[in-house]
Amino acid sequence: MPRKSETVLPSLIERRQKDLLDAWLHSQRNSGAWTTEDESDTKTHSTRFLTELRKGAATGQFEDLQGREWAGVRDLLEEVSRARALRGFTPSQTATFVFSLKEPLFTALRDEVGKDAQKLSDEIWVATLLLDKLGLYTTEVFQKSREEVISRQQAEMLELSTPVVQLWEGILAIPLIGTLDSERTQVVMENLLQEIVKTGAEIAIIDITGVPTVDTLVAQHLLKTVSAARLMGADCIISGIRPQIAQTIVHLGVDLQVTSKANLADAFELALRRAGKAVVERAKSARAQAE
Amino acid sequence: MEQIPILKIGDCLLVSIQVDMHDRLALALQDDLTAKIVESRARGVMIDISALEVVDSFIGRMLNNIAAMSRVLDAVTVVVGMQPAVAITLVELGLALTGVKTALNVDKGLALIRRLIDGEEDGLDRREG
Amino acid sequence: MIVEKDETMPVRNAEDIVRVRREVRTHAVGAGFSLVDQTKIVTAASEIARNTVDYGGGGTLHLSTVRLGARRGVRLIFSDQGPGIADLKLALTDGYTTGSGLGLGLSGAKRLSSEFDVKSTPGEGTVVTIVRWK
Repeated sequence: MPRKSETVLPSLIERRQKDLLDAWLHSQRNSGAWTTEDESDTKTHSTRFLTELRKGAATGQFEDLQGREWAGVRDLLEEVSRARALRGFTPSQTATFVFSLKEPLFTALRDEVGKDAQKLSDEIWVATLLLDKLGLYTTEVFQKSREEVISRQQAEMLELSTPVVQLWEGILAIPLIGTLDSERTQVVMENLLQEIVKTGAEIAIIDITGVPTVDTLVAQHLLKTVSAARLMGADCIISGIRPQIAQTIVHLGVDLQVTSKANLADAFELALRRAGKAVVERAKSARAQAE
Repeated sequence: MEQIPILKIGDCLLVSIQVDMHDRLALALQDDLTAKIVESRARGVMIDISALEVVDSFIGRMLNNIAAMSRVLDAVTVVVGMQPAVAITLVELGLALTGVKTALNVDKGLALIRRLIDGEEDGLDRREG
Repeated sequence: MIVEKDETMPVRNAEDIVRVRREVRTHAVGAGFSLVDQTKIVTAASEIARNTVDYGGGGTLHLSTVRLGARRGVRLIFSDQGPGIADLKLALTDGYTTGSGLGLGLSGAKRLSSEFDVKSTPGEGTVVTIVRWK
């Protein structure tokens, strides 16, 4: 193993940058790691990578890739990784960015020091260790980015899936979709109650058509929401109770203590009645005039 | 000593709690209200708690007491303006406001008192559609 | 657990209970609690503070903003040298009260907190510790 200061990598990259870049881009294209859309991005990234790689290698410190010396390389790889994660690349495709540099680099090394078998073997060893570590680092960053995306999407879904709509003056509806867990129920409760205050609605319809299962916990959560609304001076109606859910509720011995209807339409009709309103069919002649 | 003002609107008494009450003040309010109900022959009592950020079991007890005493004096009690955070906390706390009707705001509270007094509904169960 | 902010105050009378609510609110706001979470911890504090005054003969509150890793929270330690609680299990039941209250103090406060602990020795006193995490 050459002493760190003796590796030819930095000078090699500096002198052969253009050839290396071309060969590397060719290699990347062949491995199917990109599409034509990404061409200019990849070219920019690759160029910058070689520059940063040269700088890192020039410091002679190859042991700790978390160190200062390799910050430039790490930052670039993070950039590449994040961009590709967002674009829907696989982790392998992203890591190939680094690994596909091996072949061109080894070829260049062979040209440079091929006559000295020992030196060539040492240099290849340094290069391969380095690129392996960097390739793995790329995968790690990729994972983290994906987790961040998922986490953000979850938060957005949470937001979107608890909209409160006003069906009529004084009548709100909140259609719930998906599983009701503790955190979601808090959000649901708070949204609904804020809207009740804001609109002065005295009736809120909680529609659970889109809630797949209702166990004791979910039933309790619903009850808490209904109780809180009642404490404030509004009444709730639960709609969308499917036959299976009705059975489960009876079986669990839960007393919902709130009016429930099979579907939103029935609940709305009930709400209108309670609000003292009725839907009236217009007389035929008046209808003809209106149309 | 500070006192919570009690307003008379027709045959209703209106109390608006604006401060974080300490216990003595709450007890004084209870006494004052009872006296005023008798004195004014009020039929309705409205307590506006829209400015209250905390309602603990002591205040809950106070509200229940006021409702109980009013009922004895043939008056109804309506609590209005409970903040969402307070409602959520009370449910978690397990506090039940017995004998207390609630409404979203002063307007709806007065309307509710009207309905209750005029006997259009028995006021016990508004759940019938 | 790291203690970021710290203070001790007397809990001996009705005015102290009001002050407890105010100070706990300040800590909760400082720890970045949502309005609902603020209300819950302040209400819990009010319940225990009242117990301390009414049944504990008065005592003290040690109030702190704490941090565990990335989570921040508010911790309240109420202590008194009062008669203590003879039957803890009973005291933690909803509706149980030896006084004229609704009996929700301890059990209610427990429901409003993330962590809850009561240590009581009859004749020596009581320590109630509650923590609410953001």
